[in-house]
Amino acid sequence: MKPRGLLLKLGAVIFGAAVVYLWQIAADARLISPVFFPSPTRTFAAFMAMEERGDLWLPMAATALRMFYGWVLASLAGVVLGGAIARSGPVRAYLEPTLEFLRPLPASAIIPPAILFLGLTSKMAVTVIAFGALWPVLLGAYHGFRSVEPQLVEMAAAIRMRSTAFLWKVALPSALPDIFAGVRVSLAIALILAVVTEMQAAQTGLGFNILMAQRSFRSPELYAGIIVLALLGFLTNQALVMAERYLLRWRTLTR
Amino acid sequence: MRLGRLRGLIIPVLLVALWEIGSRVGTLPEDTMSQPSTIAVAGWDALLDGSLLIATVQTFQTALLGLAIASIIGIALGILIGLSPVLEGIIGPTLDTIRPIPAVALIPLALLIYGFGVRMEVLVIVFACVWPVLIVTVSAVRGIEPRLLEIARTLEMPALSRMRLIVLPAALARIAVGIRVSAGVALVVAVTVEIVLNPQGLGYGMIIAAQSLRPELMWAELLWVGFAGWAFNTLLTTIDRRWLRRYQTGGAR
Repeated sequence: MKPRGLLLKLGAVIFGAAVVYLWQIAADARLISPVFFPSPTRTFAAFMAMEERGDLWLPMAATALRMFYGWVLASLAGVVLGGAIARSGPVRAYLEPTLEFLRPLPASAIIPPAILFLGLTSKMAVTVIAFGALWPVLLGAYHGFRSVEPQLVEMAAAIRMRSTAFLWKVALPSALPDIFAGVRVSLAIALILAVVTEMQAAQTGLGFNILMAQRSFRSPELYAGIIVLALLGFLTNQALVMAERYLLRWRTLTR
Repeated sequence: MRLGRLRGLIIPVLLVALWEIGSRVGTLPEDTMSQPSTIAVAGWDALLDGSLLIATVQTFQTALLGLAIASIIGIALGILIGLSPVLEGIIGPTLDTIRPIPAVALIPLALLIYGFGVRMEVLVIVFACVWPVLIVTVSAVRGIEPRLLEIARTLEMPALSRMRLIVLPAALARIAVGIRVSAGVALVVAVTVEIVLNPQGLGYGMIIAAQSLRPELMWAELLWVGFAGWAFNTLLTTIDRRWLRRYQTGGAR
């Protein structure tokens, strides 16, 4: 089993390298148009040049910051709303139909009204991101708060736990896994919307940069930008997975 | 129960009423928040002159085309990977490297390759939709009763009929779930690409209405997009419930 696993890993590395290498050969031999598919070496050169000019980390930070603000807003609002809808009958009766209508709305569809209200600003971007990223958290929190173990609820009632203490000590921890599932989906959506709003509103950031690279046919820079965006998505997701593992470590202990 | 449903209407009705009154009195800015009645008229006009319907057809056509291509790629690749752990070990990591690319980051690239139009939009949709189908297909194929595959091997079934008679029927129900997820994604991505830059469909209609300072038309189209999304979602849920649910238990029969 062990040597086989190692062999597979080796095969995976070779395959990945082969794809890049074939791309390089095809691009050098002009089998594929260098306008659309610049060779990996040219992309890497563009990457280094952007780094030197300071065109890489600054826009990345701008994108990441906007994404982060929107995502935090969405997460807080989603947990509070989801929890309220799940644990309170009246709130559910009043709010649910309105939310049910808003939910299937493609998040990017609120960009035009957001632009009308807030202009082509960072505030607009954060609002759109927060709106789009809200729903997965809200749904996750709703399911999480609904599926608190009945025994725990009875127990809390038996010892006359106050409702705030109940929410904080029983409901929230047991809803946390579901919330995390929602929050992770939200993170991906936040990145997508950060890129979209940048393209739409000409905000500094990676999304705007790759659009500009396309307009001036600098395809290596376009590829470098896409790779950095993928990296941003991957790293933020990884960070969240680690945070989840840390916050939910009690779960593996009790099981 | 009846009262419960009515209570749900209170907030939206109140909001719309306040909105109408507010913009008539003049507290709400006319150039961004047009009155609900004006919006209704604008929406009705757009519906009658057919522009809204044409845009809807364009958007859905593109979304469905992208979904179809993504499904074919996702299912084919998913079956291959699902049947062969070795193949997964080898190409899996490469796929995992590509996957975190946000689909919208490909919009400029798609534009560079195809220019404006249906093809660039389809490319972005395909990239976004392939993953749910692929992942679900892999796990569906993995979940096939191993004895069935052993029997196929003992019978020396040719690969093609093994696909047709065993793999596909057993995995189809779960694959359908992946396609359903992708269908929702396809519509969202289509509207997004149109809003960002592709001059066709519902998204473009909205952004043009906003830019030509016709907020009432923009609001009407926003409502229409919401309605279309809701209707599409309901349709998918119905299909799922009507025709696919029954395969979902005991799929491998």
